[in-house]
Amino acid sequence: MRVGDTVRYGFSNVSGSPVRAFLLLLAMSIGVASVVMLSTLGEAARLYVVNQFSALGTHLLIVLPGRSETTGGAPPLLGAVPRDLTLDDSNALLRGPSVSRVAPIVVGSAPISFRSLEREATIIGTTVDYGEIREIAISQGRFLPSADIKRGDAVCVIGETIRQELFGGERALGQSVRINSYRYRVIGILGDEGQSLGMEMGDAVFIPVASAQALFNTESLFRIMVQATQRETIPSAKEDVIRILRERHDGEDDVTVITQDAILGTFDRILKALTYTVVGIAAISLAVAGVLIMNVMLVSVSQRTSEIGLLKALGGSKRQILILFLSEAALLSVIGAVSGILISFAGVSALDGLFPTFPLTTPLWAYVSALIVAIVTGLVFGIMPARRAARLDPVDALMRH
Amino acid sequence: MIELDSIERVFQVGDEEVHALKHVTLTIKKGEYLSIMGPSGSGKSTLLNILGLLDRPTSGTYRLDSIDTTSMGDNEQADTRRHRIGFVFQSYHLVPRLTAAENVALPLMLSGMAPKERQVIVEKALDNVDLLDRADHRPDQLSGGQRQRVAIARATIMQPTILLADEPTGNLDHVSGESVIEVLEALNKQGIILIVVTHDMEIGERATRRIRMVDGSISKDIS
Repeated sequence: MRVGDTVRYGFSNVSGSPVRAFLLLLAMSIGVASVVMLSTLGEAARLYVVNQFSALGTHLLIVLPGRSETTGGAPPLLGAVPRDLTLDDSNALLRGPSVSRVAPIVVGSAPISFRSLEREATIIGTTVDYGEIREIAISQGRFLPSADIKRGDAVCVIGETIRQELFGGERALGQSVRINSYRYRVIGILGDEGQSLGMEMGDAVFIPVASAQALFNTESLFRIMVQATQRETIPSAKEDVIRILRERHDGEDDVTVITQDAILGTFDRILKALTYTVVGIAAISLAVAGVLIMNVMLVSVSQRTSEIGLLKALGGSKRQILILFLSEAALLSVIGAVSGILISFAGVSALDGLFPTFPLTTPLWAYVSALIVAIVTGLVFGIMPARRAARLDPVDALMRH
Repeated sequence: MIELDSIERVFQVGDEEVHALKHVTLTIKKGEYLSIMGPSGSGKSTLLNILGLLDRPTSGTYRLDSIDTTSMGDNEQADTRRHRIGFVFQSYHLVPRLTAAENVALPLMLSGMAPKERQVIVEKALDNVDLLDRADHRPDQLSGGQRQRVAIARATIMQPTILLADEPTGNLDHVSGESVIEVLEALNKQGIILIVVTHDMEIGERATRRIRMVDGSISKDIS
């Protein structure tokens, strides 16, 4: 029997009971659409995080005080507090051959005021190199000056939100603001960069790191950002950092170095796993659709018993009848899958309209796997009814009408 | 040519064995016109099923055109049914979704013939039963007699050796029954073996050879 005839015959059966076929197709297409849309959303979340991390700057390492690894031996009873990172540590890191830039960071929260207006701000004490590493955009004035990092100039660079709330329409550059009891001259306004990894840049105030240490009365650094000379030298830069700090800290490995790639890789893996999990759950609905296919096909076989008997009398072999019924099940699942994919197109473009900044792209594997899973379910759940049809005794089958 | 040699068919009903056919031996030559008559349960339907290769005898041999069918596998039997045997049923057995032409084309479709080749043959077959103008009608748009003529066109489209008709006029009024029988007899004149199973004495008497069955055996064979 020809393929075209098989498909046409199957199609005539499917369209013969439109309501049943419609309900089945609905189930199948909902399953396929949910698989495709959930994988789209998962993939979009992954891309979003990856983009955010890339926005942190390129070939970046972050040095944190303290060791995040567990070591052997008895827990120390006293004074096991890790050594703080200092500005000298930060300067020393520049000796590393694979290190191109270093930015020490001190972070704190303090009220910033101009005349009678006051608001809480995130104060970031750092150096000019931070601006280079993070590729920070400046809309007016300039970023922190490249002076001796131990000198605490009384200057600051403020975020766009702070500028609006403290100065309104007034010119901010050159004005003097008060942070705690210190006065700072505004030398730059940050560009409207929006959010970067959860931190609102509009709320940030940058001051020289030494000024921040004085402001928060601390010698220690929150962390040090290190930029490797290039992407390939990230591992050797990491070794440089660990080696230099071990020398300076009396042979103790008491810092943690995180590379941007490691963070990115971890997030990538977590989000991929999440996507697969969610898609797997959605695939259960495809299995439910498969059971529906089996049900529809069983009903079809029992309703068409005499037709099967006739096909046998006309010389249809068991194999032909098996193929006829299997292709009918496959046809149902293919139509269901295709309409599911169409539904997901509509859904994805609707989401795209609602969240234009979210990078919604459906991975190709989502379409391919949804289609394959749909057809395989159709065939797997179609086998039992098809075999039942093929095994019918022609005499009995013809008697029932 | 059909040769049945001591065919037996035993059904197991519960604990009991029912002998539907008891040592039936029968030879039918090319172009014969037979009627098989007898009361219900006399084994005439079982005999027809065995002749049509829809059922296998418990013992005995059945040769069709000198080929032993009893040793054939399922696929070979299906192939033999397709090419050598045509069926006409009391209840027509047309597929309700398909048009008259599509119903007639079913055996050709199962044999894998291309749609274009089929069309010519189907048109000719429909023309033979005088239904060319009804080719695109579905069975529910046709009268009983027309439906049975579509079924006959389907049964003969592969140019079989035997045409088996099981109560072909059972669901028809006298006039349409008459026209159906005339179509069948015309086919017989062209050389096909026509075997009609019927309760209707009038129709049974028209056959050139009349077999009467009682309790699974041939009790009379008049020609």
